[in-house]
Amino acid sequence: MSSAPAIQTMPPENAVPASQQQPSLAPGTENPFKVEVKDLNVYFRANHAIRHVSLGVKPQTVLAVIGPSGCGKSTFIRALNRMHDLVPGARVEGKVFVDGMDLYARGIDPVLLRRRVGMVFQRPNPFPTMSIFENVAAGLTLNGIGGNHAEIVERCLRQSALWDEVKDRLRHAGTSLSGGQQQRLCIARALAVEPEVLLMDEPASALDPIATAKIEELIHELKEKYTIIIVTHSMQQAARVSDNTAFFYLGELIEIGSTAQIFTNPRERRTEDYVTGKFG
Amino acid sequence: MSPVSSGRPTTSHTDKAFESDLRLVREKLLAMGAKVEEQIAKSMRSLTDRDSELGEQVKEADVEINRLEVDIDELCRKILALRQPAASDLRLITTALKIVTDLERIGDLAVNIAERAMDLNQAPPLAAYVDMPRLAELAQEQVKKALDSFVRADPDEAQEVLAGDDHLDDLFVKIFNELLAFMMEDSRNIRRATSLVSICKHLERIGDHAVNVAEMVIYMVRGTDVRHPRSRAVES
Repeated sequence: MSSAPAIQTMPPENAVPASQQQPSLAPGTENPFKVEVKDLNVYFRANHAIRHVSLGVKPQTVLAVIGPSGCGKSTFIRALNRMHDLVPGARVEGKVFVDGMDLYARGIDPVLLRRRVGMVFQRPNPFPTMSIFENVAAGLTLNGIGGNHAEIVERCLRQSALWDEVKDRLRHAGTSLSGGQQQRLCIARALAVEPEVLLMDEPASALDPIATAKIEELIHELKEKYTIIIVTHSMQQAARVSDNTAFFYLGELIEIGSTAQIFTNPRERRTEDYVTGKFG
Repeated sequence: MSPVSSGRPTTSHTDKAFESDLRLVREKLLAMGAKVEEQIAKSMRSLTDRDSELGEQVKEADVEINRLEVDIDELCRKILALRQPAASDLRLITTALKIVTDLERIGDLAVNIAERAMDLNQAPPLAAYVDMPRLAELAQEQVKKALDSFVRADPDEAQEVLAGDDHLDDLFVKIFNELLAFMMEDSRNIRRATSLVSICKHLERIGDHAVNVAEMVIYMVRGTDVRHPRSRAVES
């Protein structure tokens, strides 16, 4: 799954643009959350992988999702842009709202949804046959989005802090870049379709400390505009980049709170045991 | 321990070297605390028993307390740099870094008391030392209780230290007034009485440091900062 491209399929020709899909929230209702999850359950056949998870993420904040291997953190964020639709035997119950719009409601096109909710994966996965430019523009081309692609590509490469390093070789293969640059290229590709929410599944786990620092700095900058949910194995990374942290264990959300609170004074014993390294 | 991660909570740190470093911080703090308690007792005995030899011993032993302060600081810095402690571990390390300073200051105050005592021992005693032994006892009790609350991670006991500080302050004021009366009675008493006032002030300050330690123990256990409630009320 981790090598799956960020953009999965072509949209149907008559699809309603994501920005025009109507939220189901009643008029006048104030919702403080950009992303809201209510009683989410994910099953892989008989395996109940995510159990009754409810949480909210405010706009322009970063939520880090932490927990031991197998706790369901990747499964959780994949449910936020309907990646499980493609997995045989996977079943999702519960609600996931973006701006009050239920992502699992009938009539929601998952491809358009993924334009609003972008994803960056653990391993950088630029399209191997495409140039740097084409990689960033891929989402625009695949989605049939017009406009000045050169301008959009430059903006996204600047936003992903890669422009200065690649502006003279935009026609070179995306795979000619270093691992850290490839990951920023994938972030630029995700930004090109103007998402509102960015999901990042261990975006720096395959990178060296300098490339990791660049990604983390980038997350700080992207937060000004986007709502970010990041899964990370590194608690120090969660502590460095996020405003809030959610701790998952055995498919359950054990605790969510401000990152400072989770790392200095967690309320739950299991969170305490995990962040202090008392897990065998 | 199974060599393969089970991903389940355990009672101790998975990393045994980290566990051992944290234990060492606690042990060294306790050793420092015990030494400090001994220093206060000895410095006061050098006064009440007019034993300047004890005073000398206090001055010499201060080196050991200073060394422990440096050792504990270094160990905490190492843990912060290499282990990035979180939650209760982080609170233990920040508490250790704060309370070593208080313990070291208590050690210095014991030396100051010993020096005053040695000076006073050169002159005839000034009547009875009124309630001074009681003041010293209270100060020592406060230090002991603060350290016990640290060992037992007992915020209720730490809270008792906070409440107990008023007794110490009240007794200090009472003794100060008595010494003032001595000075007014006979100007030849002024030099000795001033030294005694200094000793009382040192004991009262020792009590304040015990309160600082107790406040940090409450933070360490509960994660709530109880220091300076008034200034926080103004902020909010």
